Amino acid sequence: MNLSGNFQPRIKIQSRNLNLWYGDHQALKQIDIDIHQNKITALIGPSGCGKSTFLRCINRMNDLIDHTCVEGQMVIDGKNIYDADVDEVAVRKRVGMVFQHPNPFPKSIYENLIYAPLKHRQVKKGNDCDELVETSLKKAGLWNEVKDKLHTPGTSLSGGQQQRLCIARAIAVKPDVILMDEPTSALDPISTKKIEALMMELKESYTLVVVTHNMQQARRTADFTAYFHLGELVEFNTTEQLFTQPQETLTSDYISGRFG
Amino acid sequence: MSANPFFDPSLPKRHRSARRFKRFTAASIIMTLAFLFFFLFDMVRTAAPAVWQAYVKVDVTYNEQTLRFTRKAVDKKYSKIVSRAWLRTLPKQVDTEPALMNTTVALWVLADDQVDQYMKGHHHKLKPKEVTTVENMKENGDIELRFNAVFFSQGDSKIPENAGIQAALIGSVLTLIVTMMIAFPIGVMTAVYLEEFAKDNRLTRFIEVNINNLAAVPSILFGLLGLSVFINLFSMPRSSPLVGGMTLALMTLPIIIVSARAALRSVPVSIRQAGYGLGLTKLQIVQDHVLPLALPGILTGSIIGLAQAMGETAPLIIIGMIAFIPDSPESIIEAATVLPAQIYTWAGMPERAYVEKTAAGIIVILLILVALNATAIYLRKKYELKW
Repeated sequence: MNLSGNFQPRIKIQSRNLNLWYGDHQALKQIDIDIHQNKITALIGPSGCGKSTFLRCINRMNDLIDHTCVEGQMVIDGKNIYDADVDEVAVRKRVGMVFQHPNPFPKSIYENLIYAPLKHRQVKKGNDCDELVETSLKKAGLWNEVKDKLHTPGTSLSGGQQQRLCIARAIAVKPDVILMDEPTSALDPISTKKIEALMMELKESYTLVVVTHNMQQARRTADFTAYFHLGELVEFNTTEQLFTQPQETLTSDYISGRFG
Repeated sequence: MSANPFFDPSLPKRHRSARRFKRFTAASIIMTLAFLFFFLFDMVRTAAPAVWQAYVKVDVTYNEQTLRFTRKAVDKKYSKIVSRAWLRTLPKQVDTEPALMNTTVALWVLADDQVDQYMKGHHHKLKPKEVTTVENMKENGDIELRFNAVFFSQGDSKIPENAGIQAALIGSVLTLIVTMMIAFPIGVMTAVYLEEFAKDNRLTRFIEVNINNLAAVPSILFGLLGLSVFINLFSMPRSSPLVGGMTLALMTLPIIIVSARAALRSVPVSIRQAGYGLGLTKLQIVQDHVLPLALPGILTGSIIGLAQAMGETAPLIIIGMIAFIPDSPESIIEAATVLPAQIYTWAGMPERAYVEKTAAGIIVILLILVALNATAIYLRKKYELKW
């Protein structure tokens, strides 16, 4: 976890001495993490440990909450996104996000996918859009299920389909990183399985950071796992190492189910 | 038979009191409905005669003399039977149709309000001789009750049979257009700012409290404000729909702001988050995702505010929209009156014939209000989204 001077192409995101306060409450304390490109990094820990807060630091979603104060660095592709010359809107375009509850816009499936790319001027109306819709839905594994009803409301799909639609929507703006905040906690086991399989496919093209309450999910899908406790990063290692040979007692207590 | 293990001696009493409570609540609803129905029934009953108006068939002579002294255009015995207001239009009739000059034509013309009241069986002031004349005409079929088109095609008049609501109706429409043009955009923009952009600090809270207080200010104070600011300070035309509309806009603003904020707040946060997560700007999110979802609620609130403004009288009295204004306004800077003000004026008139016109005016205003509220409900139902 040490920052060496050399350029490391496989490291996508680095946080350095990251501190965050909500008013007087310090929610993150001195977080240093290196997140690897084209890998899935899982953030686990008990409720209120700061894992979601950390996730939201990666695309500056915390800026939207009043009285939030961030110190330290979050370096993506060599640039600290908290620098004064970085626009948070541009960050969020490169770092997409999928939320706990599926939140498609109450518009058609088609419009859900093309709205943001049109606004970013990535595509023009017409064939461009049709293509984008098809590739995004195919990547999200939803194409076969919805190709005949692209103009029905996105909210008419089942929960799992809605979540995959949200993933497709995130993919459509061509991000490098996709953040997922407990993407399956509102879904049934079969939908969860589909999303997990999708995550494994997506890491070929994107860097994934996933917050999860489900330790089995972290174990099944993640390459790296970070364990948070009370705003501190307790342990960060490969998933294999963290679950089989935890270095810290807190970690081993948590993963063995002694608390949490 | 074994003892009932569920027996509870206090229960019958508790059930009785619950039933009593239920009856009380039901009784209050019945009472409210009874008042409402009584009011509606009484209004409709009083207003019903206004649908008809007496017309008489008389010989009308057009010549130099009768154009000057219009009462002489009809036989002397009919001079109190025919409407004075109609006789006054003789010169105008000749102006538009010169061929009428020096002819005598048998015409169906508007009858005097006393004849009208006599025909409807109400109290009247006809002299015995005039009653005989009317009775004779009745036998000959020279008098009848026809649909009262005058009520919808004329403005106010001191001659009851010639009084109508058209001027007031147009005045109301113009006033409300001004009100909405001002209150809707400002109200919605304010709500959007407070809900979507403003930080939660002392200033915003102060503004919020004041907007809520504004909604509770007696409407007559807005009239005084309109008088002192719009008319005295900015010298805008008195009695005009422009000033009336601006005054009512001040009154409607808080209603629109409060309802628009509630509508914006009811749009799930997850929709905004989805937008932010895609790298959209605040404007894009508010404009394309939040506002369209909040629109039905905003429209509903605005229409209810509009309905309230429509029935408002007090502030408009202060700015002079209560004056006797017989002509329909053709622009928003001409003197005008509005429906509730017209009703108020008629209610104070001594002639019996105005009673039914007052009631008819109330029915018209009620119908418009019901239509507005129905539109609000329709819009809400149509665009309501299920999450």
